[in-house]
Amino acid sequence: MTGGVPRALGATSSGTSAPAKGAFTFAQISDTHVGFHKEANPDVVGCLRRAIADINALPQAPSLVVHTGDVSHLSKPEEFGQAKDLLKEFRVDRVHTIPGEHDALDDGLTGYLRNFDHDGKNRPWYSFDQGGVHFIGLSNVLNFKMGMLTSLGDEQIAWLRKDLAHVSHSTPVVVLAHVPMWMVYPQWSWGTADAAQALALLRPYGSVTVLNGHVHQVLQKVEGNIALHTAMSLAYPLPAPGQAGIGEPGPVKVPAGELGKLIGTRELTVVRGRHELALVDTPVDHG
Amino acid sequence: MKPTALAAFLFLVAPPGAFAADAAVEIHKFAFSPKEITVKPGTTIVWTNRDETPHTIIAGDGSFVSKAMDTDDSFSHTFASEGDFGYFCTLHPYMTGNVHVHK
Repeated sequence: MTGGVPRALGATSSGTSAPAKGAFTFAQISDTHVGFHKEANPDVVGCLRRAIADINALPQAPSLVVHTGDVSHLSKPEEFGQAKDLLKEFRVDRVHTIPGEHDALDDGLTGYLRNFDHDGKNRPWYSFDQGGVHFIGLSNVLNFKMGMLTSLGDEQIAWLRKDLAHVSHSTPVVVLAHVPMWMVYPQWSWGTADAAQALALLRPYGSVTVLNGHVHQVLQKVEGNIALHTAMSLAYPLPAPGQAGIGEPGPVKVPAGELGKLIGTRELTVVRGRHELALVDTPVDHG
Repeated sequence: MKPTALAAFLFLVAPPGAFAADAAVEIHKFAFSPKEITVKPGTTIVWTNRDETPHTIIAGDGSFVSKAMDTDDSFSHTFASEGDFGYFCTLHPYMTGNVHVHK
């Protein structure tokens, strides 16, 4: 993949994006909003299918796929069911999801967990190890308070502390959370109130990559050994934080032919000896 | 002007709140309009979502909670007693509004 493919600045190695043979790679998708069918994208299912085909066609198949939330648009049982079936089309070991706030409507995470309870413990946070990486899935979509940012909550932070107690500081850690774990734009509630408490627990680790969704665009922040990245959506773009002329974070309608350049997927590779993962962001429309 | 036409005219210009009519709050561009509304006890307020994005209504004190409202969906709540009721959208908690219920 060369030409016209944006890369996360500062996080991709030299000119080539082909991972070293045998390297551990995985893919990130986000904000599929299955059930959305409005003008900004009348065919979110078609876009997800194109992304699945792209990822299945990668020269080096990723070991797993992570989905960083807003699997559904309105938390409807049929949306979760359709999304679950679609995600089975990935030819990977497993697709790991975390919930977005669109997956927590009406009955909290009951409907989401009926379909996406990854470790059978009926809670949205979990961890697993694969490819020498410790993966942690978090939920920051239930504790919205009036006029405030969302939060992880004390119970989850206590769980995270316990979970990390068994992980050596030399193990690369990848954290999944839907709402950004840094203050992207609090005026639009784009941040997590108690993210600093979670990041403090991760600071002793040599390689920490936080993968977020929610904002439907690629943004990043690096704090020492902790790199935080948001991803494109597979449904529709949102405005840049505080973008001039747009007062609210609603779906951005773009001319026909432009949408595929603004939605897409991400491939990540663990590079031995480097604390940052190599990231390549690829729009659905690419050369 | 004929008496019937006059009666109809008076009915149309009767000030809201003269009797406990419904009041409307629109949700547009991620904001409640009006953001502050004052009504009499017994009034039913109808919120309608005019955005392409779903929104919810939840009282700060939990006294009323809507389901997710997609485009053009409505939620109504009748305010029986006096008080000030702050509310927000759980999806976008920076969206806040207030209902003031006074005799």
